[in-house]
Order: sequence, then C-alpha cells, then structure tokens
Amino acid sequence: MIEWLDTVIQGVLLGGLYALFAIGLSVTYGVMRLVNIAHGDFIILAAYLALPLVGGLAWNPFAVIPAVAIVMFALGYTLQRTLLNRTLGPDILPPLLVTFGFSIVIQNGLREAFSSDSRSLPLGALETASLSLGDTIAVGWFPLIAFLVAVALVFALSFVLSRTNTGIALRATADDPATAALTGIRSAHVYGLAMAMSFTLVAVGGVFSGIRTTFTPESGPLSLLYSFEAVVIGGLGSLWGTFAGAVILGVAQAIGAKFDAGFGILTGHLVFLAVLLIRPNGLFAKTR
Amino acid sequence: MLLSTHDLVARYGQFQALFGIDLEVAEGEAIAIIGANGAGKSTFLKAVCGQLAVARDAVRLDGRGIGGIGAADVVRLGVAMVPEGRRLFRSLSVEENLRTGGFARRPGPWNLERVYALFPVLRERRHQPGTSLSGGQQQMVAIGRALMSNPRLLLCDELSLGLAPTVVKDIYAALPSLCAEGMAIVIVEQDIDLAQRTASRLYCFMHGRVTLSGASGALGKHQIAAAYFGLEEVAS
Repeated sequence: MIEWLDTVIQGVLLGGLYALFAIGLSVTYGVMRLVNIAHGDFIILAAYLALPLVGGLAWNPFAVIPAVAIVMFALGYTLQRTLLNRTLGPDILPPLLVTFGFSIVIQNGLREAFSSDSRSLPLGALETASLSLGDTIAVGWFPLIAFLVAVALVFALSFVLSRTNTGIALRATADDPATAALTGIRSAHVYGLAMAMSFTLVAVGGVFSGIRTTFTPESGPLSLLYSFEAVVIGGLGSLWGTFAGAVILGVAQAIGAKFDAGFGILTGHLVFLAVLLIRPNGLFAKTR
Repeated sequence: MLLSTHDLVARYGQFQALFGIDLEVAEGEAIAIIGANGAGKSTFLKAVCGQLAVARDAVRLDGRGIGGIGAADVVRLGVAMVPEGRRLFRSLSVEENLRTGGFARRPGPWNLERVYALFPVLRERRHQPGTSLSGGQQQMVAIGRALMSNPRLLLCDELSLGLAPTVVKDIYAALPSLCAEGMAIVIVEQDIDLAQRTASRLYCFMHGRVTLSGASGALGKHQIAAAYFGLEEVAS
C-alpha cells in the first residue's frame, strides 16, 4: 500500500514538470489559436542552451535557469513578431506547417552542433538526495523542487492573466482581436508576449527535464506528445485544469512504470485515450 | 476641421461599399449618419476608425491623413469607436472591459470613476462578466470603454440596436454632456427622429453615397424619406 502511495507521489511530482510543458502549449493556443508543433523541440533546445553552461562552465543547473528563461523569452517574442504573426489567419494550417519546419530545423541544427549522443545536466549530490516522509516513503529533493517551481510559475502566470493589464490585454485579444485593436491593443505585440510566456515556461521545464532524464536532439516530439495529452486530459481554457491533466498523466505513467518499466508511457497514452473517449472536452474544461 | 473625409472609397474585396464620401465634423459637434441597411454607414465608421484599408489622405484628423493606419493607432490619436453589437470581451468583467479602453494611454478627464458617475449602474455590476449584463447596460460598458481612451471624436455604431426605447433614451441622454466638453460625436442611427434630435447635422447615405446632408432642423420628412429610400430625385 505504502509502495503505491510512493508511486503516486512520484507521478504527481512528474506531473508538475509536464504542466510546464502543457501550459506553454495551451497559452499560445488559447490566445491566438496557434499550435506549436515544435513545442517539444523548443523544450529540448532550452536543455541544450543550458548544456554549455552546466557541462562546460560547471554552473549549477538551477543557476542557469534564469539565463535560459531570458533567452527563450526573447526568442519566443522575436519568432512570433518576425515569423509566426504572418502565419496567423482564418486558416489554421500555415502555423502548423511553419512550426513543423522549426521542428526539423531545430532537430537537425542540434544534431549538427551537439551530435546525437545523449546528454544530461548533472546536478551533483542533490540529484539523488531525498526527503524522508515517515519510515518507508522518501521524496527526492529534485522532483519536489521541480514540482514546487512549476506550481509557483502557474500561480505567477495565473496572477498575470487575471490581475494585470497585460493579462487583460491577452484575454481581450483572445476573445476578439478586431475589437481589442479598437481599444488600442496591438495584437502583434500581445501575440509576441503570449509566445514569450510560453517559451519561458518551456525554458524552465526544459532545464528540469534535462536534469531529470537524458536527452538527444530527437527527444522533442515525445515532450510535445505529453504536452498535448495533458492539455486534452485537462481541457482547454483553464490553467489549473491543464495542471491537473498533467498530474493525471504523470501519475498514470508512474503507475504503469511500476508494473513494467516499458509500460509507463503506454499507460499515459491509454489514460489519454480513455479521457478522449469519455470526455472529449477534457475533465476540467470551462464550458460557456 | 476635426475630422474630414475626402472622396473616401472603401471596398470589401471585389465589393465596393463606399463611392466617394465627403464628410466633415467639427470639434464639439454631433452629427448623425442615417440610411437603410447596406447604405455603407457602418463601413464608413470602420474606414474612419482604421479597421479598413483606405487611402491615407481620404480620412483626415486635423488635416492629417490617418486612413488605413490601423485601429490601434487611430485610437491613440483620439478617435474611439463604439462598435455595432457592443462587442464586449466575454472573458472580462465589466471593470476589465472598461480598463481596456485606457490602454491607448491618452491623457484626459475620463477614468473609471468618471464612467461610473455617468452610468452609476455599472459600478454595482463592475465585477460581473460584461456579457452577463442587460443589452442596455452592455451598451453603457461599450460607450464607457470608448470614453476611457479620452477621445476627441466618438464614433457610435447603432447604439439603439436591439434595445428597448426607454433604454435607448437613457443612453442618448448621456451624449449632449460629452459634446459640451468639446468631444465630437458621429452616430450611425436607423431611427431618424432620434438622429434628428441628437445631432445638429445629418448625412443620409444610400448605396455608398451621400444623398442628402444638412442641418437636422432644416431637413423635412419627405426630403429625408426620399434620400433614404431613393424614391425620387433629391435637390441638395
């Protein structure tokens, strides 16, 4: 019994990481109906951005996160303003094609620069340190920190969206870009900010992911898949719904992996399919 | 002249909606544009507020060409639009809807307090979703949102659409005080009596052209009916 509790806890903590991936995806979809097919590749790109600092200069990976986040914020804003804004319109296909192109460019660029060897971001002693809860359960410090950072970031994002002028502008533009322009909101800039926020979450998630597991230039699509699954399980339109979806996915993977190491990812997919069958709008979708 | 249009032509793709509109609005003046459905009234407002691509010098504010520069820039120059159908942001509360109007960051007397003083009912409802209000209250939010940008020129597209007559009266009652402060107002209105009472001058549109214009009091019912429906030749 205790063993299962332990598994569920590991799954919940893993879900926090997936939440960072998934919320980045749902923000851009929510604000501008843009599905970023290269989302997972940007997650891996963030991990590779941290690699020279962590591997070469021997920085602590946690200390690298702010730098990577700033670079990714700027990259997201710039890509949106220069390229992606031009793909937005009534047709949803152009953004899919362009971001698919990004995906190919990033994967091949990373392979060229870093080869296909699998890499990781070493954390030192903290990697295996754990916090004992009672006699039989131990929670790793690293997964716990990753989870708490994810929760803090979702709180921060939720605050920005609900309380600040930037958040009001984002929601207004998501509702009705033409009318938003009448109030002086520049949608090109707002879309840039939305992508920049998405990339910031991706940056943090990417570095954590790189600490947690090894990665190669080809690892991106799997992260994209987890992001999609978490968003669909949780339902669109609610940050905490997406967070819950990510946690459910994490728990499903952890439980599956308990039966057999190779069974974890499959279990996540099965739960995703079950939700898709039973509640296609997601478990926590806001219905208007 | 605050606003002037010069041979303003507008198209939706292949369809031409306006065929050379010349119109003027002075500071502190209220004018009304009347005309049947499809006459080009709303198109005209969209061309002025920057939502349609038109020739730069066809729309001038203080003599400076602003045609087609985009709505987000036009509102910064002091032209605010109350769009047809109110178009409140459905994810935003009443107060948040109003705050979007302040994003143009124009200095001036209008702020949340002033809007609540003009429409007290909005203060009570300020935390409710904008779209949960009655039609008349939603119209007040839409007007308040436009006022929050401290416009010099307020464009109102069919304020009375879908509202009960008493509610329409309340909303129109707010307009003269705005003009008294020097704000100019252009209203598009299907109700000719209402237009005549509110505006000092009328422009009647038909098929994208001005068929009649003049001081509200000087235009007779028959003259207007003729220009409105195109029943006979109109002597201007």
